[in-house]
Amino acid sequence: MSERKMRVLIAKPGLDGHDRGAKIVARALRDAGFEVIYTGLHQTPEQIVETAIQEDVDAIGMSCLSGAHMTLFPKVTRLLREKGIDDILVTGGGIIPQEDIPKLKEEGIDMIFGPGTPLETIVKYHRENIVHSKNELEHPEDDTRK
Amino acid sequence: MNSNIPRMILGSNHMDLADRVLAKDKRAAARLITLIESEEEEAYEQLGILHASTGKAHIIGVTGPPGSGKSTIVDRLAKKIRAKGKTVGIIAVDPTSPFTGGAILGDRIRMVDLTLDEGVFIRSMGTRGHLGGLSRAASGAVKVLDAFGMDVVILETVGAGQSEVEIVSHAHTTVIVEMPGLGDEIQTIKAGIMEIADIFVINKADREGADKTAMEIQAMLGLNPEKPEWEPPILQTVARTDQGVDVLLEKVEEHYKYLKASGKFEKMVEMGIREELNTLIRGHLNRLADDMIDREQFDKMVNDILARKIDPYTAASQLVEDIENKLK
Repeated sequence: MSERKMRVLIAKPGLDGHDRGAKIVARALRDAGFEVIYTGLHQTPEQIVETAIQEDVDAIGMSCLSGAHMTLFPKVTRLLREKGIDDILVTGGGIIPQEDIPKLKEEGIDMIFGPGTPLETIVKYHRENIVHSKNELEHPEDDTRK
Repeated sequence: MNSNIPRMILGSNHMDLADRVLAKDKRAAARLITLIESEEEEAYEQLGILHASTGKAHIIGVTGPPGSGKSTIVDRLAKKIRAKGKTVGIIAVDPTSPFTGGAILGDRIRMVDLTLDEGVFIRSMGTRGHLGGLSRAASGAVKVLDAFGMDVVILETVGAGQSEVEIVSHAHTTVIVEMPGLGDEIQTIKAGIMEIADIFVINKADREGADKTAMEIQAMLGLNPEKPEWEPPILQTVARTDQGVDVLLEKVEEHYKYLKASGKFEKMVEMGIREELNTLIRGHLNRLADDMIDREQFDKMVNDILARKIDPYTAASQLVEDIENKLK
């Protein structure tokens, strides 16, 4: 059995066109060995959730700099809940005021990464919080046959 | 949204994945593809169940150099196929880093409008160390989408140069997407990718040199000593503005009809099965060899080869002889 690779969807919901942060995070995850599905700008919450399903991702990372995060991020977690999906890690990044963070967490967004967050922090968070297959837990040493 | 429950335990077992795929459950299809990519035993059991329901889809391969517009062509083609009421599965492969094992899978950027179409399923894959333009799991993923009931499955390779010709053994119809200005006519008479096309597309044909590229490909085809039954058409498209994609779909359908009418289709499918069976047997034999090689003997041989006491060819023969004796 080869290893189970971690797959992360990096998406830009909403109308702003500032995708530099999203690209940098995508690149950092790539360099850390993740498979990153990058879908580009202007994604609706519906598109994000449908993509997450088809790509069977372990995590969704959303970047929003337009100020619409309080509408868009919770819409994604709500859609996931409606479809009975509770095993996908959801994080957000961008210009997000401190006081919004508790509300976003209540809505099911697992973590918010604000400006200046070191890339290692984001990588480490995903490594530690994506929980994988029981097969791997049972055979942690079965790493010899790649 | 993370309940900290390991993902695989969550679904408790995967024994019903095949049934759920047949019942058109997208999440089941997606999860089964993940298991195939991870080469988990259960995946093959489920694929085994699906086998009886495969063999219905028209599999179209799309390959060509990076940046020639493969993903955009796939997007436009898929939309035209959908407009005819047929369903479409898409497998899009992008390269995995040989250094970190990571990948950016970005083909969906060109296919955003298809995301919410109920009759479309798109899956991105990294090559994960596999050469040849595809990933090891690609053929399994095609089977899943075939069994899911997709009328057409489009398989898009990584940006392919000259020797990534594996696509021919997976696709019924192979489309090569070229663009103007990539090398002179010598490139067209080299062996490899130029030999496998059923249809040539010169995309970005609004750029200078499209006619010249078409002429060079035409000249290359004219050098064939025998006139083939199917002469690959050379089309010009501008996928971005949808120009020429109608004709492309016509030719794709024409090729499919030709395969069926000429009896080539059956032969092609049979050959594919032969190849697959061979590959699977070799996979099993590899694992068997791994299990049966006497490790101590192996290490000793390595030292002897290093010391020039024995040559590697003789050493390999002896190790295999040992295995054969054990099997007797």
